[in-house]
This record gives sequence, C-alpha cells and structure tokens, in this order.
Amino acid sequence: MIQAIFQYQFLQNAFLTGLIIGVIAPLLGAFIVVRRLSLIADALSHVTLSGIAASLFLSKSFAAFNGLNPLWLGMGFSVTGSLFIERLRSVYKHYQELAIPIILSGGIGVGVIFISLADGFNTDLFSYLFGSVSAVSRSDLWLILGIAVTVISIVILLYKELFLLSFDEEFGKASGLSTRILHLVFMVMVALVIAASMRIVGILLVSSLMTLPVAAAMRIARGFKQTIFFSILFGELAVIVGLFSAFYLDLAPGGTIVISSILLLLFAIGLKNWQSVRN
Amino acid sequence: MTSSNVIELKNVHYRYDRDYVLTNINLTVPKGAFLGIVGPNGSGKSTMLKIILGLLKPRQGTVILFGEPQAKFRDRERIGYVSQKANAFNTGFPATVYEVVASGLTKKAGLFKMIGRKRKPQIEKAIKAVGMEDFMNRNIGELSGGQQQRVFIARAIVSEPDVLILDEPTVGVDSKNVQTFYDMLERLNKQLSITLLLVTHDIGTITSKVTHVACLNNSIHFHGSTKDFEQVKDNELSQFYGHEVHRLHHDHGHHHHTEEGTSL
Repeated sequence: MIQAIFQYQFLQNAFLTGLIIGVIAPLLGAFIVVRRLSLIADALSHVTLSGIAASLFLSKSFAAFNGLNPLWLGMGFSVTGSLFIERLRSVYKHYQELAIPIILSGGIGVGVIFISLADGFNTDLFSYLFGSVSAVSRSDLWLILGIAVTVISIVILLYKELFLLSFDEEFGKASGLSTRILHLVFMVMVALVIAASMRIVGILLVSSLMTLPVAAAMRIARGFKQTIFFSILFGELAVIVGLFSAFYLDLAPGGTIVISSILLLLFAIGLKNWQSVRN
Repeated sequence: MTSSNVIELKNVHYRYDRDYVLTNINLTVPKGAFLGIVGPNGSGKSTMLKIILGLLKPRQGTVILFGEPQAKFRDRERIGYVSQKANAFNTGFPATVYEVVASGLTKKAGLFKMIGRKRKPQIEKAIKAVGMEDFMNRNIGELSGGQQQRVFIARAIVSEPDVLILDEPTVGVDSKNVQTFYDMLERLNKQLSITLLLVTHDIGTITSKVTHVACLNNSIHFHGSTKDFEQVKDNELSQFYGHEVHRLHHDHGHHHHTEEGTSL
C-alpha cells in the first residue's frame, strides 16, 4: 500500500483524510466522553446521514446540484441538528436524554425518505454509511483539512474553558464563564467533526472513533492532557491499521477501523489489569 | 455601605415557585471574618449562596459585594467558591490534582490564554496550602472524599480571592478528618487572611472555629459573634431547628449532636 499511496491519488486522499480524523475525532471525543455525551454524537451522525441523502437526491433530480459535494449538506444538517438537540434539552429539562432518540430517529426518518426518493441504495450511499478507501476526493480532503484546522485551533484557544465546562460546569458558571455559548461552540465542533469523519469511517461508525480510543486512553492515562494524547495515539493507530487492512482485504474501512479500536481497547484494559496484578 | 464588609445582603427575598425560601435576609460578612451559617436542610442555605454568587437573582432586596451593588460588580475572581462536592463532580474524570487546581485560574488567565509554566509556582502554592503536595500528579478520582475537598479548596484559592465561600464542605469527609479539615480552614483564614463564609448543617464543630455565626431557617434567626452565640440557650436553638440540639461548648467536635440528633 505504501507504494500504491504514491501511485494513486485516491489512496493518498483516503490516507491523509484518515490521519486527520484520527486526530480530531478522538480530540473532541475526550471531551464528549467525560461530559457523557457519547450518545449525542451518535444521534448527530444519523442527522448527517439525512443531509447526505438529501444531497444525493438533489444532485440526482436537479442538474443544478450535480456537482455539489454531499459533505456540505451533511455538515449543514448536523450543525442544525446539534442546535436542535440543545433546544430540546432545554424543553425537556428533566428528561434531557429524550433529545437523543428524537433527533436520532428524526435523522434516520428524513434520511430514509430521501434515500427512497433517490431510488434506493447505491454504491455512493454505501460508502457514506460504512466509509470507503476509494471514494475520498481531493475536494473532500481540503474541506476536511479546513474543519480540522478550525477545530484544533478552537480547542487550543479555549482549552482551559472547555476543561472547566467538562469537569465542573457549576464552578465555571460561578467564576463567570458563559457556559451556554461555550457549550454551543462545542456542539457545533462535534457536528463538524462528525461530518468530516464519516467519509472514512462511515456515518454508522463515526461515534466509535470518538469514543473507543478515549475509552482505551482513560484506562492508562494520568490526567486529562495525557488522556487526550493517548486518545489521539490510539485513534491514529486504529485508522492506520484499519485503512491498511481495508485496502488489502477489500473491506469497508469503517469496519476494520472499529475492530482495530476495539482490539486496542482490549489491550489497554488487559495492560491495566496486568499492572494491578503485578503490583 | 462600608468598605470593611465583604458581603452585605439587605432585605433579600427569594422564591423558586410559590413559597418563599428566603425572607427578609440581612447579613453582613466583615473583612477577615470566618462566618459559619448554620441551618437545617431546606433552610435556604444553598439558595442564599447562589444569590451571593450571582447564580440567582433575588426577588427583592440588594446584594452588595465589596461595597458595590452586585449588578455592577465585575471582580468575580475576588470570590472563591467550593460547592457541595457530592453533586457537582464526576469522580471518574481523568484529571490530576494539578490540572484541577490550575482550572481555578481559568477566569484570571483571560480568554484565549493558556495556563502555562509561569503560573506553576502559584498553583503549587495553593496545593501546599491545603496540604496536598504529595498528590499533585494523582488522578482526582483516586483520592478520598476529604482529600478531594481539599483539592477543591486549592482550586478556589489559587486565584487568590479575598473571600472563600464553602457550601457544606464536610459532606463526604469522614468524621475523624473533619477536625483537621476545619483546622486547615482556620489556617487559611488567619495566615492567608481569606474571609471565609461556610454553610453547614453541622452546628457543633464549627462553633469552636468560626468568629461569627448566623442561623438561617428561611429567615435569619441569629447573626452575631461566636461569643454571643454561646449565650444563646440550647432550647432556643432546638426551637429554631425544630428538634433537640445539644452543643458542647468549646468542644473539639467529637461528641456533639447534629441536627438529626446523631453524633458524629
């Protein structure tokens, strides 16, 4: 594959995109996991599906939308979805998790309608659902790179605020942090990263790349910065191993990346147990 | 309005729904004081703290912080806050003691700025002040309840506030460590001259440490120095609490009775 990467642009695209999302998905994932928002990421990925399906339908039915990259609508839908979730969470103050099934099923519902309108499944849609090594275009790569630069800059600039929001929201509020705005910025970032990651891991498995590496990192890390570091390390490992095996075994990378993450997770759990037995 | 008072509440009323939880609250916290606010559960203690911190707006009355009305008060970092640990924090959070204490500088450092090495001595000083220097790089979840509470106090004092507000800080601290915990608070009050405002339902232990006492049960029933408080008869206190209360004057906190009549 190393040789092939230099040879074929599509492989370069997939590999570079993979490396990028291997950083940003676990980076935000660390905050998502400690804030217990994992399921929200899942719900948002399904909203992204409806955006993708809508875009595929539009470009099939109207010539004007022919060249439209489905990522744009996917992104638009998932950002809108993230704002909706916040709205719903404030409507159902005592049942905040209700927002998740509402948004999740809404997302799939809209998606299914557009899929049927666009005459059902095709390879394009399949690649969005489970990821693909061959479908990532140069323009996808640039868009995803743009998202990554934005998200990483925001996380660096607002690191201490995001840390406080995650660790102790009440204390943050008491010290004058505008937690509402911060949370909104965070949710929009999550929506963007989901849209970016889906090209490689697929909509159905996006949230796994945000949570599994973090779950592994939490077993062995000391402190939050270390947790982020190990999450990204595990995320990158999973992406690289997953992409190589997907290429050689001719499988959808979503599956191989998730299985690699699970193996890494088992390794981290095993390592921790072995350490505690030895001590 | 006198500038020697750190906090003043004047005629404050508050209700969440229909019934008032706080009526006609007048309270002054002089500079350098260690004020203990005691009251049974549901007496409006936490509500009053939230009003002081600006998290809730009083329905009536005024709050004056450092001589300025609350609406105009901008120096939020002059007030440190330690909340009731039990409901505010996820013990599985992967953060070290150092990281938690450093997060107390979030507001002071300013937006878009990092808390860098330059601040390290300041952070370590706060950790030492609560006696947690041996645990600096441990994850907060691995510590006992009392140790965690010390870390939260370090986080609150790292920005060098003039006043520290503590909401039931001994919940989750095992009884044999409560005394050393209060000793530490007394040290912060005397050595670092931080004004302390402590809310508790535990009436026994604190009277040997605090300089002022206020009894709250939806309204203020007593507000004065600890010396005056000791003149208040036990049966008057019992009436205020709604059941029997015994205090051992000048005790060291081992055999007193709390509001539930159980001994710690």
